[in-house]
Amino acid sequence: MKRSLLIGQVVTMKFLALMFAVVATVAVNAQSDGAQQNRIGRAGTFAITNARIVPVSGPVIENGTIVISAGKITAVGAGVSVPSGAERIDGKGLSVYPGMIDAGTALGLAEVTQGANATMDMIETGSMNANAKAITAVNPHTSHVNVTRVNGITAVMSAPRGGLISGQGAVINLNGATQGEMSVVPEFGLVINFPRISTFGGFGGGGFGGGGQQIDFNEAIRRRDTQIDELKKIFRDAENYVRAREAYSKDNSLPYRAVDLRMDAMTPYIRGERPVMLTVERERDIRAAVNFVKEMRLKGIIVGGQEAHLVANELKANDVAVIYTNIYSLPVRPDDPYDFLFAVPAELQRAGVRFAISTGDTGAEVRDLPYHAGLAGAYGLSREEALKSVTLYPAQILGVADRMGSLEVGKMANVVVTDGDLLDPRTNIKHMFIGGRMIPLTSRHTDLFDSFKDRK
Amino acid sequence: MRRSFVLVVAIAMLATVPLVVPGQSGGETLIRNATVLTASRGTLENTDILIRDGKISRIGRNLTAGSGARVIDATGKFVTPGILDAHSHLMMNAINEGSLSVTSMTRIRDVLNPTDHGIYRALAGGVTGALLLHGSANAIGGQSSSVKFKYGKPVEDFVIAGAPEGIKFAMGENPKRSSQTFTGGQTPRYPRTRMGTLEVMRDAFERARDYRQSWADYRAKKTRVPPRRDIELEPIVEILEGRRIVHAHGYRSDEHLNLLQMAEEFGFKVGTLQHGLEAYKFAPEIAKHGAGVSIFVDSWSYKLEAYDSIPYNAYILWKNGVNVSINSDSNERIRRLNLDAAKVMKYGGVPEQDALKMITLNPAIQMGIGNRTGSIDQGKDADIVIWSEHPFSPYAHAEMTMIEGDVYFDRTQDRARQAELRQEREALEKLEVNRAPGSGGTQPRIPTERVEDDLGEHHGEVDGGHR
Repeated sequence: MKRSLLIGQVVTMKFLALMFAVVATVAVNAQSDGAQQNRIGRAGTFAITNARIVPVSGPVIENGTIVISAGKITAVGAGVSVPSGAERIDGKGLSVYPGMIDAGTALGLAEVTQGANATMDMIETGSMNANAKAITAVNPHTSHVNVTRVNGITAVMSAPRGGLISGQGAVINLNGATQGEMSVVPEFGLVINFPRISTFGGFGGGGFGGGGQQIDFNEAIRRRDTQIDELKKIFRDAENYVRAREAYSKDNSLPYRAVDLRMDAMTPYIRGERPVMLTVERERDIRAAVNFVKEMRLKGIIVGGQEAHLVANELKANDVAVIYTNIYSLPVRPDDPYDFLFAVPAELQRAGVRFAISTGDTGAEVRDLPYHAGLAGAYGLSREEALKSVTLYPAQILGVADRMGSLEVGKMANVVVTDGDLLDPRTNIKHMFIGGRMIPLTSRHTDLFDSFKDRK
Repeated sequence: MRRSFVLVVAIAMLATVPLVVPGQSGGETLIRNATVLTASRGTLENTDILIRDGKISRIGRNLTAGSGARVIDATGKFVTPGILDAHSHLMMNAINEGSLSVTSMTRIRDVLNPTDHGIYRALAGGVTGALLLHGSANAIGGQSSSVKFKYGKPVEDFVIAGAPEGIKFAMGENPKRSSQTFTGGQTPRYPRTRMGTLEVMRDAFERARDYRQSWADYRAKKTRVPPRRDIELEPIVEILEGRRIVHAHGYRSDEHLNLLQMAEEFGFKVGTLQHGLEAYKFAPEIAKHGAGVSIFVDSWSYKLEAYDSIPYNAYILWKNGVNVSINSDSNERIRRLNLDAAKVMKYGGVPEQDALKMITLNPAIQMGIGNRTGSIDQGKDADIVIWSEHPFSPYAHAEMTMIEGDVYFDRTQDRARQAELRQEREALEKLEVNRAPGSGGTQPRIPTERVEDDLGEHHGEVDGGHR
């Protein structure tokens, strides 16, 4: 309350005063978002009636009812009765969808990406950071949470970036006052910037800052191979580490192996219990990444995947899914077809490769997720598949399809009510629920809008 | 040597040959039975458009054309004016002359590359032209260029003849070089604060006023020696005389308002506030001054001065009667400005036609060419896009893009050419000179791999930024 009073004062200030107060405004509003984020919504029993229900996992139900209770979806269908005491929402003219999921973000780890390093927690120093966990640094009170969710996105996978092994990503709901409250899968997967052939010398891609002088292709291959060998060595060292620890625990006469947090963090990944997420774009590099996964017997996911469709057979054969982040990217080669990055999801779908569409964004633009899927729909993907690519498919790839990604009884109530097609930029979100809580449709942006919209 | 030359030439050919042969229609074109979003007079159903000599000759039902006319059946399709981007750096071989704080003598016209393949990708997104702006490394930057994307034509044909001259100004983080670090021996360039930025502008206007006076005195025969021609101050005199449009990059409301006030003091009107991410905070003052605003529809948080940006910016400005355009400032984003415009219908509730205007007629007005393009009206240039469905639908794609009646993008032709290009590439890759590296023989020269991305991120770091 105190916070909103402060905003009110800023609004009524004359403009000259505002000139001196802009920095203060930023601080005040950032705090007010904290207050909003703590408003984690209202729990209760809700029934949305007479709505067009799009379960994603099954056929559309015209004039259906969906009931939300104790955080879960308790009924969906045409002839569903509304439990007594439930809060009724008239869904006439409205559509109900599962909340969208972006499986490739760094949301909460990067507030202001340029010129405000103090707000950046995305890239740890050093190249091997398996023990860096996004769940310990995602800011529950970032303004990005509210701004993103009011556009229909209810959960994301947020992960660190940079280095060779960046750290572990977390699947989080976009609601909660603490990291624990947001957490769905706290340690979901390990991010590896898979070594790539780059004639710019440095690894981690070309472009500016990519590492100086251009090198010859054979040299680029040699360097890539060396880096893959180093990566394999890390995995084998981790295997040895685990073996040594286990052996000692059974037989104390054996040499003691001291705890190494980086190696320790590798345990579920070397065992294939949790997936490694390999960021990689080009055909030749994806092929190498799939071979790596196969040889090391890992559970692999490709993140990025510009040319994944050219490796479709190998991806399918090894059950490697793709989190595709390149709808808003330009084709690299001048003679690439202008629309090929829009069309990759359709190609993957046709080839039977498991995929999800992601913004790949660090946070602020994750709210564009529906339009990424929409553009894939404009270039070959069916509308049903486009919708699945940001709901059920990411849930499956993130291993949470038993809990989210579609409207089914027993699933977590991450539910969005709209006045139109979920993927259409003209569509308004009318109501939304995360974990069964009714979420206020406010954000840093609606706050600032309210503050200034009537200024004369 | 020779081998690598062959490869390079082959790659260069692949890269630069436009996928559609431009200028093929010549005389008359008749678009039949379309849903026409005019951007000026609402939506016309089942409507024909007759194009003659590059102009929109007639709009109506059951129009007829001469026997040689190209007839396009647009049943079920949507037609809009060509999209214009009032903030782009496409085609530009250089963006920032970052050495001085005033670089008004530099001209974007001198660095235009008509073979930039980004042009074709923009055409495929329904974009027919742009305001090409100098970067934002300086308080007063270089002279802008207004172009239509006549890909495949010589560069002279791109530049819109008779379009008003413009110039870039910049305020805030970029001209004060806040992201630059200085090592021993390097001297920071003035200005380093928002205070200094404004003083650089004031100083330039004062000098330009004196310079103009010295010519006036000479012409009035008060002095005998003609003043030395000053190519830094000449464009600034043109600003003072209302003959050159100021396009002022800035983020914070306070700095943009200060510029408007300074302009009023020196007796000219600012053409557009570029970016203006906080323009919603002082929309009434902008309306009163009469400036336009060219914004990102919803980008924010990518740097500190973008933290107060809200997607309701367009709506608040629109409600205050300000001319708003939605720009891309990006070779990537320029391809989907139709979806950016659609967003303002949601954020606040701008009506459909006014949303469409923000990527067509409004930028045309801001560029000073609103009388000849930007809407589907009789007598205007036939800069036209045919869409597969409503251009605000996420599932829409451009099927055909025309400039002055000539087709520069045609999806059907593109698909055919894609197949040809694929075959050509495969054939080239099989040539002896292009065999796989490491398979013996002379190592061919490897063509440079360009990694394309949002220009904003790259140039922000490398040469002082423009976003």
